[in-house]
Amino acid sequence: MTMKWSGWALTTGVLAISAMAQAAPPSATMLSYACAGCHGTNGGSAGPSMPSLAGQSKEAIVDAMKKFKSGARPATVMGRLAKGYSDADIAAMGEFFSKQKLHATDQTLDKAKIAKGASLQEANCGRCHIEDGKEGKDDTPAMASQWLPYLQIQMTDYLSGKRKMPEKMEEKVKPMSKADLEALLHFYASVK
Amino acid sequence: MTLERRNFLKLLGAGAATAGLAGCATQPGSPAARKVVVIGGGYGGTIAAKYVRMMDPSIEVTLIERNDHFVSCPFSNLYIGGLMKDLTSLTIKYDKLAANYGIKVVQAEVTGIDAAGHSVTTSKGVFKYDRLVVSPGVEFRTDEIKGYDIASTPEIMPHAWKAGPQTVLLRKQLEAMKPGGNVIISIPLAPFRCPPGPYERASMIAMYLKQHKPGSKVIILDANPDIVSKKGLFLKGWKKHYDGLIDYRPAKKVTEVDTGKMAVMIEGIEEVKGAVINIIPPQKAGHIAHVAGLVGADKKWCPVNPTTFESTLHKDIHVIGDSSIAGAMPKSGYSANSEAKVCATNIVAMMNGKEITEMSAINTCYSFLSAKEAVSVTGVYKVNAEKQAIEGVAGSVAVSPDLSEVEAIYAESWLKNILTEMST
Ligand code: HEC
Ligand code: HEC
Repeated sequence: MTMKWSGWALTTGVLAISAMAQAAPPSATMLSYACAGCHGTNGGSAGPSMPSLAGQSKEAIVDAMKKFKSGARPATVMGRLAKGYSDADIAAMGEFFSKQKLHATDQTLDKAKIAKGASLQEANCGRCHIEDGKEGKDDTPAMASQWLPYLQIQMTDYLSGKRKMPEKMEEKVKPMSKADLEALLHFYASVK
Repeated sequence: MTLERRNFLKLLGAGAATAGLAGCATQPGSPAARKVVVIGGGYGGTIAAKYVRMMDPSIEVTLIERNDHFVSCPFSNLYIGGLMKDLTSLTIKYDKLAANYGIKVVQAEVTGIDAAGHSVTTSKGVFKYDRLVVSPGVEFRTDEIKGYDIASTPEIMPHAWKAGPQTVLLRKQLEAMKPGGNVIISIPLAPFRCPPGPYERASMIAMYLKQHKPGSKVIILDANPDIVSKKGLFLKGWKKHYDGLIDYRPAKKVTEVDTGKMAVMIEGIEEVKGAVINIIPPQKAGHIAHVAGLVGADKKWCPVNPTTFESTLHKDIHVIGDSSIAGAMPKSGYSANSEAKVCATNIVAMMNGKEITEMSAINTCYSFLSAKEAVSVTGVYKVNAEKQAIEGVAGSVAVSPDLSEVEAIYAESWLKNILTEMST
């Protein structure tokens, strides 16, 4: 942009109007790219504790962001960041990440725990964490290929009461042993 | 302030005249490949190069960087404190990025930019561009410190504010220091690269002294009237872990150094001696930004359009990262990453004759207070259309409520993710 040009615009008084009108509202990509410094390019996290967003359902992302924003879900950084976005922004980002390919993670998992988790999951968690955790009912998040340390941090928060579990999930989780829950998380992390 | 002509003309209903006025080296649809050149392979440059290719693989992208690798400043304080055995986990190379995204990476020194001729001169020849992204980081204003020799002083009083050999030197000096010796950290007036960085460094050094150098302490000579970033959290952490080990002195601007005496002078009136002296000099935009005339009236930083990061001084040249004046966004690695994506998005739009998009960016910066505790600052940023300046969105710009072990765990993954994003 040359000085001459803006000078002309100024003198003609068009600049003020066009300055407001010059750019379209932030697109889904503009909004979502900013998250990738933490969550990885297109939401595929290189791990080990930062969650992948790629392939997560739009409903789950929107639900998580709204809970972060209102403070209903505890967070280190997401509560603060979510306050920077409107509902429309959040919907656009949910849409963007849900369309990205599920991110295959390369993590060390315990074979025995995976097998045990596989045997427990359908009866205990399968009502909401459907398709081996590749999908979720309504706003239930997908957990397939999610990073294990992330799932462990979340489970710890659930068990301590810091993060509130859905009532029906709590009914299943509460009676389970720590070892069984650990096995379930290994199982979900292993699903490709 | 800049205006994209194409949109401007569209607004005036004169879209048909675009080609004649736009003056781009190549028009959309022309057979000659359109070229973007990026200078600087750090937090900003790698991402700008990658995202332009991600969004439009028909644009040729050349990334010019003087080194064959990059060492991250974020987390280098952990190495200085003794939490890492080497800089491997902070170092990236460019080969995978180049292969994955078809980016031409050239290891060369940039010597000049011809804004009118749309070309960059380097030690490996001349590169033509349609649009140029300049992301050179910071340069030091060492001329403001009497007795500071740009070649020899950092070998004795390291800055360690560009990660690599300087970081290693500071660590070695700490290890070699006799117990009881004092470590001076001198902090320049803001703005400088990584506002919480010096205070994190003080924490990491104090952690090391506490374990290994009985009787030693850190003296912070801060040119600023107060702690610039995360003040409450640093004070809390220092009290909790390093009580009596960090002597914080505000409004003490180091104006002179004497490497022979291992002393610094404050405004010509007060002398402070140290066994290890870490001088973080005042800063300005990277050298090439000055050579190319991209620096504004303050003679330090580069004014840019906040929506496109296009220089307000030279058309078709964009400045991102530490060198740019990005309003309320701090000079951090995450800011550079986010600015690069804003810039790339709008470069691709402009090169394809499309409407540009309002910017939306994030800054986050983690700081370690101890081996296991970290804190963070966050912010979502947008352009205030009336002021044409980048501002933080209310509520999003805030620091952690307390020191946190979980944040330290997330911080390590942050580093892994952002460096992976830059290098693959
Ligand atoms: C500073 C790094 C950082 C940035 C930037 C960031 N996130 Fe997060 N994100 C996290 C962390 C850490 C968590 C875990 C919750 C917490 O402690 O804040 C998380 C959790 C999430 C979750 C919950 C995932 C799940 O399956 O439970 C969603 C959704 C999310 N982030 C979306 C986003 C979006 C959208 C953006 C961009 C606007 C974003 N994040 C930017 C670090 C980040
Ligand atoms: C009644 C439905 C339901 C059942 C049964 C259920 N969950 Fe959930 N689960 C949810 C919903 C909904 C969420 C997200 C809720 C929230 O905001 O915390 C969730 C979240 C989670 C998360 C956090 C994932 C993330 O990305 O943040 C974990 C881990 C989890 N469930 C594990 C389990 C395990 C293990 C079981 C079986 C023992 C189980 N759940 C059973 C509905 C269910």
